[in-house]
Amino acid sequence: MSNFETIIGLEVHVELKTNSKIFCGCSTDFGAPPNSQTCPICLGHPGVLPVLNKQAVEFSMRAAMALNCEINREQYFDRKNYFYPDNPKAYQISQLDKPIGEHGWVEIEVNGEKKKIGITRLHLEEDAGKLTHAADGSSLVDLNRQGTPLMEIVSEPDIRTAEEAYAYLEKLKAIIQYTVVSDCKMEEGSLRCDANISIRPVGQKEFGTKTELKNLNSFAFVQKGIEYEEKRQEEEILNGGEILQETRRFDEKSNKTILMRVKEGSDDYRYFPDPDLVQLSVSEEWIERVRAEIPELPDARKQRYVSEFGLPAYDAGVLTASIKMADFFEKGVQEKADPKMLSNWLMGEVSAYLNNASREIDETPLTPGNLAKMIKLIEDGTISSKIAKKVFKEMIENGGDPGTIVKEKGLVQISDEGAIREFVVAVLDRNPQSIEDFKNGKDKAIGFLVGQVMKETKGKANPPLVNKLIAEELKNR
Amino acid sequence: MSLLEKKVSELHDLLHKKEINVTDLVDASFDRISQVEGKVQAFLSLNEEHARRMAKELDDVLAGYPGERILAGLPIALKDNISTKGIRTTSGSKILDNFNPIYDATVANRLYEAGAITIGKLNMDEFAMGSSNENSGFHVTKNPWNTDYVPGGSSGGSAASVAASEVLFSLGSDTGGSIRQPAAYCGVVGLKPTYGLVSRFGLIAFASSLDQIGPITRTVEDNAYLLQAIAGHDAMDSTSANVEIPDYLSSLTGDIKGLRIAVPKEYLAEGVDPEVKEKVMEALKVLEGQGATWEEVSLPHSKYALATYYLLSSSEASANLSRFDGVRYGVRSDNAENLLELYKNSRSEGFGDEVKRRIMLGTFALSSGYYDAYYKKAQKVRTLIKNDFEQVFNDFDVIIGPTTPTTAFKIGEKTDDPLTMYANDILTIPVNLAGVPAISVPCGFSNGLPVGLQIIGKHFDESTIYRVASVFEQATEHHKAKPQL
Repeated sequence: MSNFETIIGLEVHVELKTNSKIFCGCSTDFGAPPNSQTCPICLGHPGVLPVLNKQAVEFSMRAAMALNCEINREQYFDRKNYFYPDNPKAYQISQLDKPIGEHGWVEIEVNGEKKKIGITRLHLEEDAGKLTHAADGSSLVDLNRQGTPLMEIVSEPDIRTAEEAYAYLEKLKAIIQYTVVSDCKMEEGSLRCDANISIRPVGQKEFGTKTELKNLNSFAFVQKGIEYEEKRQEEEILNGGEILQETRRFDEKSNKTILMRVKEGSDDYRYFPDPDLVQLSVSEEWIERVRAEIPELPDARKQRYVSEFGLPAYDAGVLTASIKMADFFEKGVQEKADPKMLSNWLMGEVSAYLNNASREIDETPLTPGNLAKMIKLIEDGTISSKIAKKVFKEMIENGGDPGTIVKEKGLVQISDEGAIREFVVAVLDRNPQSIEDFKNGKDKAIGFLVGQVMKETKGKANPPLVNKLIAEELKNR
Repeated sequence: MSLLEKKVSELHDLLHKKEINVTDLVDASFDRISQVEGKVQAFLSLNEEHARRMAKELDDVLAGYPGERILAGLPIALKDNISTKGIRTTSGSKILDNFNPIYDATVANRLYEAGAITIGKLNMDEFAMGSSNENSGFHVTKNPWNTDYVPGGSSGGSAASVAASEVLFSLGSDTGGSIRQPAAYCGVVGLKPTYGLVSRFGLIAFASSLDQIGPITRTVEDNAYLLQAIAGHDAMDSTSANVEIPDYLSSLTGDIKGLRIAVPKEYLAEGVDPEVKEKVMEALKVLEGQGATWEEVSLPHSKYALATYYLLSSSEASANLSRFDGVRYGVRSDNAENLLELYKNSRSEGFGDEVKRRIMLGTFALSSGYYDAYYKKAQKVRTLIKNDFEQVFNDFDVIIGPTTPTTAFKIGEKTDDPLTMYANDILTIPVNLAGVPAISVPCGFSNGLPVGLQIIGKHFDESTIYRVASVFEQATEHHKAKPQL
């Protein structure tokens, strides 16, 4: 057990999926040809002025409320000054003193223990452009992303372990996805995370010097980066060294953090209120209207799944961690699927397939209605669970109605006793050794015989019937 | 009399009666420019080919008939910090020497819709920082009344081109006096509208909370016509006010009986030239003769206006001018090995001394550790100055004083001492800080150079300003004087 404790604070940037950019009418769609979604305003041409996108304010207010933040009634935007080619005005419009929301929290659960993680602030700002560095040393600037509305969510330094950090990010992502203000796709950069990490001897009140960890491209890397960094800092201190205020990046190949630069003093961004924008007054009516738009959030849904559908808390937690999965589940239940069976399928076969294929459930042709139908086919004995896996594979890869698939592929379960008995008799005739084994008390022999019958019937025989008929026939031998 | 010495309404009538056509007007403008521009040097770019083509189109399509559009076919020129699509726009700076905007400012659009014809772009102090046009990155515009003297600034080209009748009227911009001071120096009429009345979209920003575009004309009536065309809410400018725009022409009733005029003692104090003071006192007598009364008042925080202005305007400018970095447009230094050098060298080579001075001042005032003492304090003083005006306007309709402490000075006379140069704007700056409108109208001459009378009004009360200015103009002959070039 270490004599140090780790203090972690996370800064999460989330792009809002508004129709247009925060200060101009350009599209925010991802993946368009470079600089095709730009105009004089987001290009920072001389003389242009920003006009605030109200949808961006409402989206960030919705997220802030879902994260239990207090909404500031009087807000304004500040200019954050710095030179960089991805920042065409050489200042970023952001919020310093009066952000959208403050003093929020989210509840996480790690190893069965619940904990509240504080959210210091959630503010709204404009995203920067994107630089690509070419092999010849030149750099290319794409300003499509410039001006995309961005929320920055800063946590309190309440996180103590890499696992808590992971759980916090999962929860934050789930809540934001539920509010439908962002896709939160790390691979497209619509969710990005920096971690501040320091350690201190257990019992010490003051924080140690923190390092800032960047280039964390997945939640798993956040966890790994923190784990590496807390170990590195501890070794450094135990070896008599000193922790410097550094920016480090996580290297995915070596699983190590690598020094980018040492910070000397703090950067002076010379923030001041942007005179091109007027004060933003948020009325009670507006707040209430936005609050009414917040859908049921993950924790509430989880409880409902337990009370309404009788799911185990663990299952309800897994299903509600992703709004897409939870929505799929509810639609399936509406289509009269048995909740527990549906939940098992979603947590089992469906999740395994999606993880393997790196896809989201709405990126497959599988529909809740078809999955519900398939479960009903299992329930009424039309197909076996084993056959169902084949039907499922077809449904999630190519789509289609399970009834049709079963018919077209001839997968209907054989439940006719007479038909199965013919197969059983034939198999027993061919395997006298197994009968002998069985008589000598080797129960395993039954399993072999069942397997042979299933093979003969191409898996279509009703397994309980096969078992029953083999037992009957063996008695006659 | 040259066509361009006539009034808007007269030219509109002539077009209407088909006694002249638009091409005649555009010809008159370019003829005059070819005669006097060598002496005045008001322009940075001419838009001749396009202007002549547009004149011909108007003549052909409309057969000279200007319709309801009172400004249709009339030649105008714009200060070079107003974005004009495809027409070189430099803001008086070498750093934008090669810059052709890809969009039109809202005022440029409105003028286009009104049918006015843009003759060219006018010289100015670089990024509107200056009071003499000596800070232009290109050349010094001369005062048409005496070409050894400055035209004022920063809208020096805008005032000089109108005074020299190169165009009928022009647009300038006013951050601390940049319309009114050159209008006073050149003997023309210049209005700084209420902050928010005219869209700033497309105005290359100097100090966003103070900048305002306004008309420069030879008569008050023309000024009202031009303001009518450009004023009004613009969804592209968040600071643009959503107010109803009155009919300014109908406010020119000729009647100021019972008008209450406030004369701040601080505006006639030490530093104001005795002859300038005398002309202002004479003007007050004229207005008294028309039925107005005046009283001396105090705007006690005026003495802090200059310092407040230089802190706030420079702070805003330091951020506004950061986009000129040589990366996307404008002039890029050839002597750069890496990104930092690209920034440093492009800006060092592209900006002039005064602009650099203000960027440094503003950067300092916003720096951590100094922000509260400078920027924040200046914001508080700004509120006090605003309150001064509100107090006075509780009891008075307008505030009147000189536009400038002196008449125009000689070229080169003040270039060595920025502080003396800054003091030129001491009577105009408080108006920008308060956001109220003010006009400068000619009120006589001192040693052959024009003197300007400043009339300050309440927020969005340009109508009263125009009414008073028009009564004064009609009661005097000052506006009829023409410079000999």
